[in-house]
Amino acid sequence: MAGRTLYDKLFDEHVVATPVGEPTLLYIDLHLVHEVTSPQAFDGLRLNGRRVRRPDRTLATADHNVPTDPPSVPVADPVSRRQLEVLEENCAEFGVTLYPRGDANQGIVHVIGPELGVSQPGMTIVCGDSHTSTHGALGALAFGIGTSEVEHVLATQTLPQQRARTMAVTVEGRLAPGVSAKDLVLEIIGRLGTGGGAGHVIEYRGEAIRALSMEGRMTVCNMSIEAGARAGLIAVDETTIEYLRGRPGVPEGAAFDEAAARWRTYVSDDDAIFDVEVVIDASALSPRVTWGTNPAQVVPLDGVVPSPEDAGSPEERDAIERALAYMGLTPGTPLREVGVDVVFIGSCTNSRLEDLRAAAAVAQGRSVAVGVRALVVPGSHRVKAAAEAEGLDRVFAAAGFEWREPGCSMCLGMNPDQLKPGQRCASTSNRNFEGRQGRGGRTHLVSPAVAAATAIAGRFAAPAEVAP
Amino acid sequence: MRPVRVVEGRAVPLGRNDVDTDQIIPSEWLKRVERTGFGRGLFSEWRDDPDFVLNRPEFAGATILLGAERFGTGSSREHAVWALLDYGFAAVVASSFGDIFANNAAKQGLVIVRLEPGALAELVALVVAEPARHVVIDVERLLVEVPDAGWHHAFDLDPMTRERLLQGWDDIGLSLRHEAEITAYESRHAGETPVARLAAR
Repeated sequence: MAGRTLYDKLFDEHVVATPVGEPTLLYIDLHLVHEVTSPQAFDGLRLNGRRVRRPDRTLATADHNVPTDPPSVPVADPVSRRQLEVLEENCAEFGVTLYPRGDANQGIVHVIGPELGVSQPGMTIVCGDSHTSTHGALGALAFGIGTSEVEHVLATQTLPQQRARTMAVTVEGRLAPGVSAKDLVLEIIGRLGTGGGAGHVIEYRGEAIRALSMEGRMTVCNMSIEAGARAGLIAVDETTIEYLRGRPGVPEGAAFDEAAARWRTYVSDDDAIFDVEVVIDASALSPRVTWGTNPAQVVPLDGVVPSPEDAGSPEERDAIERALAYMGLTPGTPLREVGVDVVFIGSCTNSRLEDLRAAAAVAQGRSVAVGVRALVVPGSHRVKAAAEAEGLDRVFAAAGFEWREPGCSMCLGMNPDQLKPGQRCASTSNRNFEGRQGRGGRTHLVSPAVAAATAIAGRFAAPAEVAP
Repeated sequence: MRPVRVVEGRAVPLGRNDVDTDQIIPSEWLKRVERTGFGRGLFSEWRDDPDFVLNRPEFAGATILLGAERFGTGSSREHAVWALLDYGFAAVVASSFGDIFANNAAKQGLVIVRLEPGALAELVALVVAEPARHVVIDVERLLVEVPDAGWHHAFDLDPMTRERLLQGWDDIGLSLRHEAEITAYESRHAGETPVARLAAR
């Protein structure tokens, strides 16, 4: 009999019941909650006289709506303010631990789970947010759910689940210097397409994945959903164990060693068989930029805006034409000649300390181009504090970047950080959908280093081009 | 959830691939804490265009939305399903769907019909030729029909989703039948959780 994949191990370990003719009932170890997808779920509990079954497996934070002004500045938008208040009321009523705006542990839900050590290998983790796939970097089965499922998990700590198909994305070789995890995942999405991972859980493996830091691994797993996959996974290794050591939610001393021994079993067996296998050569990769209105519409930074003539089908031709019109781009234009109005460094994809260091290294001693607004939004208060301890805030401020308070911010523009119609943005976030960063806004997804270089050049640029 | 056996009425062809949930309901609408009233936000950026298909009088009152490839990708926002239902749609037909969207739809009784691209193109052509045509989606027999054209095509639905639609079952109620097994699982995995450890610090 063939060995089991990591996904199979995680699934099998969490089976509560296997009713005949129905999906398997799976236990959920950790439920992360935020203000946007939870209010209607808590209402549902109240309506049915139900409680939160395991408040000790539920953790809430405010991230999507929070302004990135200092916490002393009130939330101006009354609808946002109400949603944040409702989260506080619900958490108090149902006994759920909450890190509200301004709390030292507050931040983007997918940044704080790992950094607090509450997301751990071997767990099942859900959240009413599609980028929950981020936590798969720790060897956990983590996926996004809708509000009905949020209510379901609050009430039962379980979810009915069909077993997914498995896909191995093996990244051979090493990434060249200056090529990041973000460039890699954009390339993977470009190859798979927006639906290539649908119905699958992706396990990222191979030399280039092993060589990534935990933060880089989170960037890769984070964007699994952009290829249609609900979850991404990376097997546990010593990088995982060392990342977790000393984090607040993790046991200490002998108990840590015991946990680590168990965590090391969360790997696919050598003879495990995947339903689909994809191989990518990391050494051939260069920085990537999206040009269109979905994350699979991606080209090398060295490349040009594609043409409808390149399309393989009438539908694709139509999609390219529509995207070019929305983005205000002309086929054949080199990306390096495309100017930007705004640069956003942040989001659950790229707002961790390593991301900010990469951007600051480029910004050091240089200045943001005239007419460009550049924002840096750390993923959490802990990231912000660590960056400030290293002086990154001063590097950014000296270069003309705004250094702001943690939250989802301009990734989806639910707070005041939004693009104006027609503005073009180089963004380290995860979605370049129409209107995503503000009505009529035009988003290009890039890595933190390319974002910083682009802010300085005023057009898409690699870090080497803006060297002093 | 109310039982759904048949959806019928006019169908409106959207005709775009990769309709993500940010297009279905933009994020400015997600600040609301209610479950109702999202219909006004449905495709709100596209509806500004007077030629957008939902603005055309011949498709007014349609109950069936015809998508294309990969309908409902991206964000997990169930608000997309609430917006479609609140606007008056009871079913979406497409050749593929985002996984989370399809899941959310099933929980809310929005019928998801997967038709292979050839069959979908035939259906779209029939509707474009005669927008007032009556289209029927039969959840019990798993058939899409255009009776006046003599056209019909079968579709797949996993048996549990079909049964839940037909019976109007509530998922939480179904899972709570396994209360004893959930409790047994929890007693096998007892001990301090990371959240409790954190909260105790």
